[in-house]
Amino acid sequence: MDNEIKFSAESLELVNRIIARYPEGKQKSALLPVLHIAQAEFGGWLSTETMNYVAGLLKLEPIEVYEVATFYNMFNLAPVGQCVIEVCQTGPCMLNGAGEIIQHISKRLDIKPGETTPDGKFTLKTVECLAACGSAPVMRVGNRYHENLSTEKVDSLIEEWCKCGKSSHDNPYNE
Amino acid sequence: MGIKILTEHIDNPELKKFEVYRKTGGYTAVEKALKTMSPDGVMEEVKKSGLRGRGGAGFPTGMKWSFLDRKSEKPHYLVCNADEGEPGTFKDRYLLERNPHALIEGIILSGYALGVEDAYIYLRGEFFYILQILEKAIAEAYEKGFLGKNILGSGYSLNLYCHPGAGAYICGEETALLESLEGKRGNPRLKPPFPAVSGLYNCPTVINNVETLATIPWIVNHGGDQYAQIGVGRSTGTKLISASGHIKNPGVYELEMGFPVEEFIYSDQYCGGMKNGKPLKAVVAGGSSVPILPAGLILKTANGEPRNISYESLAEGGFETGTMLGSGGFIVMDESTCIVRNLYNFTRFYRHESCGQCSPCREGTSWMEKILYRIENGEGRMHDIDLLVDISNNIEGKTICPLGDAAAWPVASAIRHFRDEFVEHVNRKGCWFD
Amino acid sequence: MIKVTIDNIEVEVEEGSTILEAARKIGGKVVPPTMCYYSKLRDTGGKCRTCLVKVAKGSAKDPRPMPKLVVACSTPAQDGMVVENTLSQEVIEARKGVVEFLLTNHPLECPICDQAGECDLQDLSYGFGEGESRYEEERRRFGYNDIGPYIKINNERCILCYRCVYLSAQLTDKRLLGVLFRGDYAEISTYINAAVENDFSGNVIDVCPVGALTDRSSRFKSRVWFTKPYDAHRDCPKCAGKVVLWAKGDEVIRITARKDEFGEVEDFICNECRFEKKQVSDWVIDGPRHIKRQSVISLNHYETINKLKETPPKD
Ligand SMILES: Cc1cc2nc3c(=O)[nH]c(=O)nc-3n(C[C@H](O)[C@H](O)[C@H](O)COP(=O)(O)O)c2cc1C
Ligand code: SF4
Ligand code: FES
Ligand code: FES
Repeated sequence: MDNEIKFSAESLELVNRIIARYPEGKQKSALLPVLHIAQAEFGGWLSTETMNYVAGLLKLEPIEVYEVATFYNMFNLAPVGQCVIEVCQTGPCMLNGAGEIIQHISKRLDIKPGETTPDGKFTLKTVECLAACGSAPVMRVGNRYHENLSTEKVDSLIEEWCKCGKSSHDNPYNE
Repeated sequence: MGIKILTEHIDNPELKKFEVYRKTGGYTAVEKALKTMSPDGVMEEVKKSGLRGRGGAGFPTGMKWSFLDRKSEKPHYLVCNADEGEPGTFKDRYLLERNPHALIEGIILSGYALGVEDAYIYLRGEFFYILQILEKAIAEAYEKGFLGKNILGSGYSLNLYCHPGAGAYICGEETALLESLEGKRGNPRLKPPFPAVSGLYNCPTVINNVETLATIPWIVNHGGDQYAQIGVGRSTGTKLISASGHIKNPGVYELEMGFPVEEFIYSDQYCGGMKNGKPLKAVVAGGSSVPILPAGLILKTANGEPRNISYESLAEGGFETGTMLGSGGFIVMDESTCIVRNLYNFTRFYRHESCGQCSPCREGTSWMEKILYRIENGEGRMHDIDLLVDISNNIEGKTICPLGDAAAWPVASAIRHFRDEFVEHVNRKGCWFD
Repeated sequence: MIKVTIDNIEVEVEEGSTILEAARKIGGKVVPPTMCYYSKLRDTGGKCRTCLVKVAKGSAKDPRPMPKLVVACSTPAQDGMVVENTLSQEVIEARKGVVEFLLTNHPLECPICDQAGECDLQDLSYGFGEGESRYEEERRRFGYNDIGPYIKINNERCILCYRCVYLSAQLTDKRLLGVLFRGDYAEISTYINAAVENDFSGNVIDVCPVGALTDRSSRFKSRVWFTKPYDAHRDCPKCAGKVVLWAKGDEVIRITARKDEFGEVEDFICNECRFEKKQVSDWVIDGPRHIKRQSVISLNHYETINKLKETPPKD
């Protein structure tokens, strides 16, 4: 394990490009994008050290970063599995069987929503409307949406991910 | 099929490429505007078009633009609201992923009309893959000289950036969005001051929805008058409707304003009727925030007039018997739907998404959620039903931002139209829908 | 100057003043209660919604009434504006609703709360609360939260007025306190259990309208109504050194800043004055402090506590 929190040269360049998108002195604006990149690069979650590092980069007080990181759902404040599965549980998806999908994944991986498998491979999260209600039920895994889910479809995806060691810790700026 | 303003070429999977968009007539509006029209001329066309904001509130776009404090010495900003998060709504995502250049073109035109030099697209965080589509499309537009310094040699310059959110419905509210864009928690601001006077970085700012902005190229190309010919009355043009729930053909449909609701739900060209052959029970017509209507009242007004898809027709009857067009999210429910469970689900959503600043919304949403959970799960008491109505009344109109109203209306309307179902849940000690 | 009428009383205020400023200029009963606004802290207000009032006439130029109730603390007054506070049934109902919301998750532990007797929420519930709570759900709980040896934080009691956070940002050199999480899970915290102890941080105790932030150096020693307040001062290099000593006999139980008739601190005091100078000999006593506000302490309204169905404390 490399414990030192420091962006790769490549990420640092990306971060600097993003900071330049905002007026001078408004580098705080870059906080959300930079936290996304940090979360992708430092294990899929935001440790206090990661947040302090980001605070340093953007010249903020650490509390400003904590306040923001705890406000937004996409930031994980505790370690997560290699592959985070986010299933929509809101109205339109529920009308079309989201509950079953959540239950199915939960059973199959033997974890409740919010939990991570003991081998650290998967985390199951329930999330709110992903703006894909027309193809409900829906889940998001990193950069990708998986729509019109059925239990069979979910099974085959999970199988595939087990095989390939799927990681969902995507940097939003990299394909 | 009626007129298509936003979706004419949308089935072409290559449309997101600059060249392909260009071939379909893309960016001709920018050429026209920058070469032959003054900024005020563009503004004038938008005013004439009668276009109203497609983000939910339906505020006339031209009027919103005219409020921008043009005299201010500070920079002016244009921000596109691409935070689409209202349950039942997925039309902006549809446009963004398939036709990003229409939005970019709309932003250039609007920026020109408003005298803006920097524009941002606030993109819903979960849309990572759309961020990549937009970044690419923006890069193309820069490369072809439609963004950046001195666009098409006109002297007009515009920078456009995409900014991802990170999972917070409230950031769709325009001032929460601005806070979020400044790198802060998404707490809505007190108004006044309005963004047109003091918005992003305390500078005059216009915020518009994706669909609103993507409509501007057509208006510039064809003229505001021609746009105003489309639709009915004060609901001009077309509207993207996101249809979901228990219907055969869920999806996004572009409809001319004034299109009959009944035909929309039952015609094979559109929703195709109910999926499982069960009768229609209720519709939430404008995204989860608007009042729910039972089958009878969504197809026809209380006076027996057929309802159509327009701001006015859906609102006919006020909150007693009507609803709102909102963001155009049609959530269709058949007989198998438990209204209490659905309402619990929505209320849970609002509780989860409340920013927590103001006490009626913070405390009221969580209180209502807990009561609804009890009713659905067999621990409801008869007085809970009126208590819910009371709580929703105590939230409505008393909060900083409209999320409070958005949480209150579904509760008040569900009880107004389906009170028996709540009573039955209490009597039968729980839910009998499977 | 502009003219504003509140509950039929006319007052002249400077242009740009808020409705609340106009009401405070009149004083007395027309002043709406304020749980989050604090005139000495920038950006406060708008959150608690207790100061909602009705604008019956927008201005001389545009006499239309405003469609919704507005917050007095943050709404600019206009020339010719007519405002209703205590005269409007709609306002009274709304305020009742807001107070009920503020109390839903507020623990009924006034007998063991250090703030009892000088709690704005207690005063407010005395004025507007219904006797019986309609809230039958479980109350919210928060995890352990330590902010150091001087100040005790109790998030269950917090009403999220944000005053302490703005104070930390505006008065101390490095902000440690913030609002974390969101919705009804939001809480005041440092996230990392950091000790909040820069020079003026103790003032968060005085601006907190409830008992969420209390003075650790005096906790549980005595109920306020068994102590006597004295105005006192000392030559302090850091602050004005003007305080209130709350004493029992010769013993200084705690030290606070002096508050004005609206319950706001007159001069913020430094941590040394507040936490370190606990001997009578540290101070020059100016005389007994007259508590001006219409609060439970001054009125001796112990009924408030009875009303919440709790027994008065025995010390
Ligand atoms: C809680 C809440 C959420 C909202 N979410 C969105 C949204 O996701 N997208 C959007 O365009 N407008 C949303 N709005 C409306 C915006 O505040 C704003 O009115 C709109 O972006 C203005 O653009 P328009 O005039 O083009 O419609 C939301 C409003 C509220 C109160
Ligand atoms: S209404 Fe709700 S979401 Fe809006 S500001 Fe108040 S607490 Fe936040
Ligand atoms: S409800 Fe699941 S995507 Fe909208
Ligand atoms: S004092 Fe005005 S809203 Fe809190």
